[in-house]
Amino acid sequence: MTLNSRILGAASGVAIACTAFAAQAEVLFWSTQAKPVEEAQAMREQVLAGAGAVDYQPNDGGPWLTRLQAELQSGSGSIGVLGALHGDFSAMNPDDLVDLGDLGVMSASETFNDLAKLGTDSLQYVPWMQASYIMAASKDALQYLPEGADVDALTYDQLIEWAANAHEAAGEPKFGFPAGPKGLKHRFFQGYLYPSFTNGVVRTFASDEAVTAWEKMRELWAHTNPASTNFSFMQEQLLSGDAWIVFDHTSRLAQAFNERPDDFVAFPAPAGPTGRGFMPVLAGVAIPRTAPDMDAARALVAHMLKPETQIATLRATNFFPVVDVALPDDLPPAVQAAGDAVAKMSASADANPGLLPAGLGDKGGDFNRVFVDSFERIVLGGQDIRAVLDDQKGQLASIMEETGAPCWAPDAPSDGACPVE
Amino acid sequence: MNARLLPYVLILPVTLFLCLFFLYPFVLVSKQAFSTGAGFTLDNFREVTGYWKFPITMRNTLLLAAAVVPIQLALALLMATMVNRMKKGRDLVLYVWTIPLGISDLAAGIIWLAIFEQSGFLNSMMNGLGIVDKPVNLLTFQNPGIVFLAIMLAEIWRATAIMLVILVAGIGLIPKEYYEAAEVFGASPWKRFLRITLPLLRPSLQTALVLRVILAFEIFAVVAALGGTLFPVLMGETYAYQFDLLNSGAAAALALIILAISIAFTLIILRVLRVPKGATI
Repeated sequence: MTLNSRILGAASGVAIACTAFAAQAEVLFWSTQAKPVEEAQAMREQVLAGAGAVDYQPNDGGPWLTRLQAELQSGSGSIGVLGALHGDFSAMNPDDLVDLGDLGVMSASETFNDLAKLGTDSLQYVPWMQASYIMAASKDALQYLPEGADVDALTYDQLIEWAANAHEAAGEPKFGFPAGPKGLKHRFFQGYLYPSFTNGVVRTFASDEAVTAWEKMRELWAHTNPASTNFSFMQEQLLSGDAWIVFDHTSRLAQAFNERPDDFVAFPAPAGPTGRGFMPVLAGVAIPRTAPDMDAARALVAHMLKPETQIATLRATNFFPVVDVALPDDLPPAVQAAGDAVAKMSASADANPGLLPAGLGDKGGDFNRVFVDSFERIVLGGQDIRAVLDDQKGQLASIMEETGAPCWAPDAPSDGACPVE
Repeated sequence: MNARLLPYVLILPVTLFLCLFFLYPFVLVSKQAFSTGAGFTLDNFREVTGYWKFPITMRNTLLLAAAVVPIQLALALLMATMVNRMKKGRDLVLYVWTIPLGISDLAAGIIWLAIFEQSGFLNSMMNGLGIVDKPVNLLTFQNPGIVFLAIMLAEIWRATAIMLVILVAGIGLIPKEYYEAAEVFGASPWKRFLRITLPLLRPSLQTALVLRVILAFEIFAVVAALGGTLFPVLMGETYAYQFDLLNSGAAAALALIILAISIAFTLIILRVLRVPKGATI
């Protein structure tokens, strides 16, 4: 061996040792949020810049869960901190998450903190950021608003009429609804349609008011772009002009507002006979029991809740802070538009805020399927509403009985499992 | 080394690999399918087959296989005989025809989506030619036929090449003497194809059909890209059970049902296209 190759060998050995050391010191932030490349990059460069060595890795729900479960099953892992939606955490066994009640940080909302306990008496995840679902429209479509209708205080009837006017004017249906495979249509039924018409979700699932709600949904669907069954992020259809009036998650509309802020308006969801139903989206950060470096992980969780981190997160992901913080004036257009719409929605006189489904455990997916199936059978399949609801009701009742989940707002509270009446 | 042992030694690595990465996971999946935490049960199978969408997904999957595979077989045979007759540029043509093989099935689905979408190539072309006044929505729930057709086209485009490659190799193995003899006796090209190519191609046809039919039952990404939720197939439901409903038991049960269908069809194909005893090329 020549001297040269010895030096080379030694140098590469040192280099390998260094990278191995660096890799160990980094906290792996394993997240289902901020997946688009630009958002992930903004998370790394802005949000996590002052948090020490963090490896931010966003992923789809499937791979996210598969790796997490593999680590939990083998009892040793490399994931330091988890970032995910409330629904992802509530599907996990609380024992697999480290108690965070003694960390000293939590959200400003008691409701969110209670949700984050996942039925135990200590925080299982720390609320991290929030969003909601709103309506958005192309400004050109405002001229078709029915007479006397205020875009900030629409009713479902007015929305249907508006969509009908736009349909007539354009010669093709221009309402857009995220009914694609990755679309969040089930949240519209659970948090918007049902609360607005039946003042409930579970108890009133098969009520007469629910039949009316689905009839209205059918009327709206008549003016909905039929390609909606392929739409999952309504910002794309807003920008392309395939849809003029849409409903979606605030962060799934953001691109439209950021690219052409002057062309679109955001406004509250419509109101029905029992008020203006709406629901929040809640994401949290947690630590799996297999985290390699517990102190570093806890420090990172605490970092995520700092006011300046929360503002940076808002800029990066369009998700709003969960702690009390004064918002700066120079926020991106999407954040301003969505923030205004959400504020109007919650401040409206007929607001009927709902909560996220709680206590369903790993049956969250089955719960969503009840609503999605009802939609596919009633609206797409044209089956009889009463018959479908009576049939799906059995599924819903067995999910509620199996999980024993008590009712959540706007359903009236229950002793034990929430009954389907 | 003992010449009798050598073949076994040579296939040992593959055997070990298959045991570790196929048989072992297969046993785990079967265990999952037949248990819900408390002993042996058929609950998972009852759950997936009792779901109202199961008959629809089953019908869709079988229908798609029945529509796609025969067309692909005919096309692959035609293309293989054409390639075989070519004197010049044979390799080039073969490479071009097999390009779709190198593209992932999701990418293939997205390519065809770009064609059929409302703002897609097909619409702009029809619009430009004045056939339609404005772009029309083709892939919607009102046009299940067009959705089916689009998926069919994408599948034929994407997966015919895999049969072609196998058949080209098979045709190359048929001795030229048979054709020369047939020509001497004045057999037409069609007769030569029917009486020489097809019978002697049986082993390759077997392999090609088995591979293709199994892949047809596993179709997922192309359907997801083009049909969204409009055309549910078995594999898509398996994915939904595993990742949306977090119900691994039901997903495993559905996977075993797909496996059972695949095995059944493999056995049928092997039986129908068996080479008679004692026959050789």
